Amino acid sequence: MKRLAAHPPAVFGLALLLLLAVAAAAAGMAEGWLGFDAEWLDLSAQMAPPSALHPLGTDEVGRDLLLRLLRGGQISLAVGLVTALVAAFLGTLIGLTAGYLGGPIDALLMRLTDGVIALPLLPLLIVLGAVDPTRLDLPAELFRSELAGLVRIVVIIGLVGWTTVARLVRAATLTVKVQDFVRAAEALGAGPARIMAVHILPNVVSPMIVATTLSVGNIILLESALSFLGLGVQPPLPSWGNMLSAALEQMYSDPALAIWPGTLIFLTVLSFNLVGDGLQELIDPRSGKD
Amino acid sequence: MTRHLAGRFLQALLVMLVMSFLVYGLIGLMPGDPVELMAAGSPKMTPDDVARLKALYGVDRPLLERYWHWLSSAASGDLGYSRLTSQTVTAALAHPLSNTVALMATSLAVALLAAFPVGVIAALRQGRPLDHGLNLVAFAAISLPVFWLGLVLIILFAVGLAWLPASGVATVGGGGLVDRLRHLILPVAALAVASFGHYMRYMRAAMIGALRQDWIRTARAKGLSWAQVVLRHALRNALIPVVTILALDVGTLFSGVLVTETVFAYPGMGKLIYDAVMGNDYNLALAGLMLATGLTLAGSLLADLLYGLLDPRIRFR
Repeated sequence: MKRLAAHPPAVFGLALLLLLAVAAAAAGMAEGWLGFDAEWLDLSAQMAPPSALHPLGTDEVGRDLLLRLLRGGQISLAVGLVTALVAAFLGTLIGLTAGYLGGPIDALLMRLTDGVIALPLLPLLIVLGAVDPTRLDLPAELFRSELAGLVRIVVIIGLVGWTTVARLVRAATLTVKVQDFVRAAEALGAGPARIMAVHILPNVVSPMIVATTLSVGNIILLESALSFLGLGVQPPLPSWGNMLSAALEQMYSDPALAIWPGTLIFLTVLSFNLVGDGLQELIDPRSGKD
Repeated sequence: MTRHLAGRFLQALLVMLVMSFLVYGLIGLMPGDPVELMAAGSPKMTPDDVARLKALYGVDRPLLERYWHWLSSAASGDLGYSRLTSQTVTAALAHPLSNTVALMATSLAVALLAAFPVGVIAALRQGRPLDHGLNLVAFAAISLPVFWLGLVLIILFAVGLAWLPASGVATVGGGGLVDRLRHLILPVAALAVASFGHYMRYMRAAMIGALRQDWIRTARAKGLSWAQVVLRHALRNALIPVVTILALDVGTLFSGVLVTETVFAYPGMGKLIYDAVMGNDYNLALAGLMLATGLTLAGSLLADLLYGLLDPRIRFR
């Protein structure tokens, strides 16, 4: 932490993230304060300019833009973070296994990783997003709630977002597994699963954290693109991405609707990238300045 | 070299095969099969008719059998009919493909032309204020959502200033080369910005790595000028890792193309895939996705080839 402070862009990113998180968390409070919630339609003020009642104005059906942005921020941040954790879990599992076991398993897993990296992800995600889960003979009630919709996005993006973590964890595992304490554990008869979990995992935590931080930005970009295309977070639940697709239709009459959600996506992704870059320089000083 | 490339080519074919099966299976999971869609459109159809039609079109057959049938006719060049465009799939793909290639090639060229010199300059000024500034610019470029940048460009240059057209490939009812180019400017700009950020960071990192090598000091000690050392010795070596990463980036570039085309209503492959998936046009969606995958894999094969050409030390077994 202290050394991170020597990296101004990372500090800036961290501060911005805290600010965004606090603002999003305060959405409920702001609703109580203003006396209406993010879904309330102010029929007397549609596409209104900023006023005392609506600090950033209202959207095309009269919902308060600021409150929708905060609620959307909750969703976008939560989906981004949870998906990043899912992806980090998958990536760590794959990277550890490939790095420690080596041989044909390593070759297979790494070809898989290369394959996923090289694919045109968004078109694939669109097909995944359009899949009707009830066709898999699963009970339909499972997929009705808003939460189920969010879980679905987390799963879809998590399935393709693990590659960075897998590669970095594998690389770190390769250097850790030849060290003496791992050899000692092997000599004592510990099985591969135990060695990976107890001896190697704690030593690959820092690349894991760096890769996860860097992938949050990418995941938020993917989520917003999917939501923008109508296959991510479904309205009326707001997310920054789906607010932009509504704004696309109002582009000529009220461009301000498009400016705010995009600016927030941009700032959030930028912050995660700056913090990730700062962390990377901490664990691998060669990658940046001398 | 030839053997290595042949091996890679076979590998790519295998990936295509696996992908086609996966996508085929996934598309089968999308809501409504072709017969159900027909039935929804004509209320007079009885359940018996639906069953008969399903048998006629083979929709009731098991997945593997249907896939095999699709694959064997696809191999003989028959990709079926497109439901949305009422054309054969091959005919429906032709124009979008050329439009997308034009868009991708132009934005790639613009991004590289900007990213290479800027990356080299940042590497030469490593750790100085200029480097920090350029890095920040690159990070900002990477963090911009492509579709939003597209929206902002439309608002600024098409709606506000009315300098450039907001959508399409050409003015309805004609338009020459200049007109087509004017339609390309905004989508290319939106796409190139994000790519620029990535490429500039690759170039900078590779250049820093190359400049740190001993033979750079040797070249300087021999009395070569700094410019010669940078351009002839460092740059050439820095290009090797950059070219590999670039080719792996074709998939990412294509994802950007998809949203860009949607925002700008640009009739290319990305918009075609999106519209086909949304409109339940299975044959078209499948063929479009496979073409996009093929394009991406061709990119990584090209990287292998360039890799060998750029670095004479690499002689594959």
